Amino acid sequence: MARRTFSIGGVHPADSKISRDCKLEYLPIPPTVYIALSQHIGAPAKPVVAVGDKVKAGQVIAEPGAFMSAYIHSSVSGTVKSIGPRKDLSGNNQMVVEITVEGDEWMEDIDRSDTLVTNIPEDPKAIIEKIKLGGVVGLGGATFPTHVKLSPPPGKKCEMLIINGCECEPYLTSDFRTLLEKGEQVVVGTAIIKKALGVDKATIAIEDNKPEAIEHISKVVESLKGKGPEYSGIEVLSLMKKYPEGGEKQLIDAVMHRQVKSGGLPIDVGAVVDNVCTALAVYEAVQKNKPLIDNSVTVTGECFPKQANLIVRVGTPLNYVIDYLGGVPESAAKVISGGPMMGKSIANLDAATMKGTGGLLFLTREQTKRMPESSCIRCGKCADACPMGLEPFLLNRLAKAGDTDALEANAVQDCIMCGCCLYSCPAGIPLLDVISQARGQVMGIMRARAAAAKAAAEAAKAKTE
Amino acid sequence: MTTTIIWTIAIISGLGLLLALTLYLVAQRFKVVEDPRIELVEKAMPGANCGGCGFAGCHAFADSAVKAANLDNHYCPVGGNETMKKVAEILGYEVKEKAPMVAVVRCNGTCEARPRTSEYDGSISCKVKASLYAGDTGCAFGCLGCGDCVAACKFGALSMDPATGLPVVDEEKCTACGACAKACPKAIIELRKKGPRGMREYVSCVNKDKGPSVKKACANACIGCGICQKTCTHGAITLENNVAYIDFEKCKLCRECEAMCPTGAIHGVNFPKPLDKDAIKARVQERQKKAREASAAAAEAAKVAEVKKEESNG
Amino acid sequence: MDKILVSPNPHLHSKTTTKVLMRDVVIALLPAVVVSVVFYGWKELFVLAVSVLSCMAIEYLITRYCLKKASTLGDWSAAVTGILLALNLPSSTPWWVVMIGALVAIGVAKMTFGGLGQNVFNPALVGRVFLLISFPTYMTHWEIPQGLFGVDAISGATPLGVIKEGLMQGSTVPELMASHGYSYSQMLFANIGGSAGEACAIAILLGFIYLLVRKVIKPWITLSILGTVAAVSCVFWLANPAQFTDPLFNLLSGGLLLGACFMATDYVTSPMSTKGGIIFGVGIGFITLMIRYFGSYPEGVSFAILIMNSTVPLLNNWFHQKKYGRA
Repeated sequence: MARRTFSIGGVHPADSKISRDCKLEYLPIPPTVYIALSQHIGAPAKPVVAVGDKVKAGQVIAEPGAFMSAYIHSSVSGTVKSIGPRKDLSGNNQMVVEITVEGDEWMEDIDRSDTLVTNIPEDPKAIIEKIKLGGVVGLGGATFPTHVKLSPPPGKKCEMLIINGCECEPYLTSDFRTLLEKGEQVVVGTAIIKKALGVDKATIAIEDNKPEAIEHISKVVESLKGKGPEYSGIEVLSLMKKYPEGGEKQLIDAVMHRQVKSGGLPIDVGAVVDNVCTALAVYEAVQKNKPLIDNSVTVTGECFPKQANLIVRVGTPLNYVIDYLGGVPESAAKVISGGPMMGKSIANLDAATMKGTGGLLFLTREQTKRMPESSCIRCGKCADACPMGLEPFLLNRLAKAGDTDALEANAVQDCIMCGCCLYSCPAGIPLLDVISQARGQVMGIMRARAAAAKAAAEAAKAKTE
Repeated sequence: MTTTIIWTIAIISGLGLLLALTLYLVAQRFKVVEDPRIELVEKAMPGANCGGCGFAGCHAFADSAVKAANLDNHYCPVGGNETMKKVAEILGYEVKEKAPMVAVVRCNGTCEARPRTSEYDGSISCKVKASLYAGDTGCAFGCLGCGDCVAACKFGALSMDPATGLPVVDEEKCTACGACAKACPKAIIELRKKGPRGMREYVSCVNKDKGPSVKKACANACIGCGICQKTCTHGAITLENNVAYIDFEKCKLCRECEAMCPTGAIHGVNFPKPLDKDAIKARVQERQKKAREASAAAAEAAKVAEVKKEESNG
Repeated sequence: MDKILVSPNPHLHSKTTTKVLMRDVVIALLPAVVVSVVFYGWKELFVLAVSVLSCMAIEYLITRYCLKKASTLGDWSAAVTGILLALNLPSSTPWWVVMIGALVAIGVAKMTFGGLGQNVFNPALVGRVFLLISFPTYMTHWEIPQGLFGVDAISGATPLGVIKEGLMQGSTVPELMASHGYSYSQMLFANIGGSAGEACAIAILLGFIYLLVRKVIKPWITLSILGTVAAVSCVFWLANPAQFTDPLFNLLSGGLLLGACFMATDYVTSPMSTKGGIIFGVGIGFITLMIRYFGSYPEGVSFAILIMNSTVPLLNNWFHQKKYGRA
């Protein structure tokens, strides 16, 4: 049988999942946490605590600042020491709440036991409200507030929920470990999201480099079938290992054979995609009242002495995580937050983890240093690799010429920043660097144009009225 | 033989005439009637097409200027007052003269003053670098050193100084078109009044962090101590977000702030004499001492008066 | 860890660099090189050496002293051009003619356009065609393979040349084939006469398969050239077998295989998209046959590829990759 995957482009970097056998482990609580107020896409949250306040783990410390925003909870118990700017992992200032840890006292309504709760609340609205109160955001990388995603705009109907267990980034294994060790919770979480969306079908998509996870989740799905109507219609799908399978648009293509139109949302083709860790967070928020205050982080790299999959409280300083495992090795040159393809290079190891931090990857200079740029030989490998079917060599040339019209016509705005073009370029041309700038510029122009068109339409409407 | 020649000549001539006629008709059909003044104005322009005026190029400027009712929104920074006088003459408008401006780099975080804390390994572009992170030094506000401003300058007025890693403005060539200021993602480059004989004072730093962390990042940074503000007797210096700013409209070029600045973040350029720091410092300190004494005396006097008043009342 | 390295994503890069790709092409050419040396003897080795060395020397001198840039020899592209040029020449070509060819290939066809990646026409073919037009005596003076240790070289014409000549004198194709004793197995394994790269079809196919396995090239251009040649010649042959050569003869003779596998698939001078590549290949196949059947030259692959090279910018403009979510 042909292995299923997305239809356009993609690359095959070495798997390198060297931490795949490391069990999930709880990291000790650090002496101080720094919880950022902007850990999600959208408006930053507004703090509701003051300096000197005593807080418990799971207590709300910031409220959504807008519709597109999320609650933020204290991940520890202790005293709020300060609220102010602190340098994040890129070295830029970001507003954080600094909490000095005292003991580990949790909010009373949080169920910290291990018992699996399979009874799902009846009312979808109540589920979404609980997800919102739990501060759940997408943990696949984009940190999109989950309650917003689960409330599709009127007139749009979800046909299939896709739970993304691809973990197509090399090195990262936290999703894999979560599937293996918390598979039951993930499946219940899936059933909850299914219920919230009112959708009959759900697919848990896992790449075939994780056969153990596929087998385990299939068993769990089978064993939970009798627990209620929400548990039927969940399917486990094995997909061929190819990067960027876990990209939302690619995954929809692979699972449903549908493609989201340029500028559209997955819901336009009847799909909602959530990460496995998001499903787990949904389970914890809805069934256990436990907000999103910790997440699993893979700490790995060939040069890193101790591989680990840690469950880390949000706001733990990166240095604390690294020191717990023996410190930064001498041979490491680069530290990446996330995977090696789309992760962000860390400039400041004093920064703290956030909800979306999925991995800490150490690479040596040999592994990661860019080669000197040479001339384009027009081999077309970038175009073959692009999962959006774009032509990076062309976009690069147009961007250098500043031709925004041609860039738009050649769909630079469709770029998903997966890095396949730069990965595959034999001449070491920094395609993505240039294209991402051009993409930002073109999207700005498109937004301005849309706003102008909207204003003009409104003005015309006002005139006729 | 003769007929062949005649026929050839006839056909070729006929073809020539036909094509000429076609060309003429097409030219007539697609003729664009343009205000002749647009061409005149355009000819008076420098022709750099730099966009410094806010229009797409010199032609767009001319087109807009001819259609406008006055020249309030039209000023060519490159050609300056002279060009604008010519334009005003052609169009019969009044022109507001503007003081000549020049691009000023407000960062003096040289390689020694601002130690590198990381190694950047991406495209040599400030935009790319700025969207990635704060920069390869401890300062999140300073110059990134990739030279986007140099690339943006159409007049060759900017160059990177390899010794400092900072851009240098060639005042002779700078036309104050503002392209560099737009290109700088950190908004370091500012257009400032050129000043009499090019003399001007400015704060060469835009770091908004608090003093201690700024000091750690860069030895030459403005730490927001406010000494300059207290020193200035012309009210030209404001302190906002931990960084001082000199209003060039109010600055009288007395150089007192420059002498008093503890980090050397305030720069004075094109002054005929080097800054005599100690003399100015002594002068300012003397003045401040006197002022303190005077205010103390005034306070004392007020107190005495108060007491007397009470006494007389009592 | 001294200073932390910071860069935009991705943080990993494929190990397939320009150098690796070019080296793969050289490796893929090795069977053809070895076979040609075995068939044509030391002279062929000499031509190869002169061609490769002068291509590299010219590229070095131009980058170093005219463009004042770092040497680009490390990318192996000059070596590839050198080998391809040598394989396109008869083994009897004098050394100075080879050097002129190299000068035109690298100096005119490649570096004047801006070096690797910028040239419109395949450098080795430009060199070859320049020599073919300028020095027709040397270029059509083929030697009959005498082997590595052969003593006397016997000169003769290529099968395509023999047939063109014969047809002009009124003979028919089957007569000529029979009288010269051309057989397909001979053409598959060891050609009778021609430029060095035409010696052995199997060697070229081996190299082609290597390139496919290493994913250096995609098969579409080659397949569409060969398919077009087969189909079009089939039509002509069926219509008049006395006047037109048969498809198999056309596929195996001349430089068609070398051109289709190595020259037409050159990255720089072939279209980017699959669709464009197929049209490019159809064009090459068709023009080749037209020259062979109706032209004054016995062989047309070089001209066909160069003509289609000039359409590449247009093909790139017309045909694009299939985009996600855009019907």
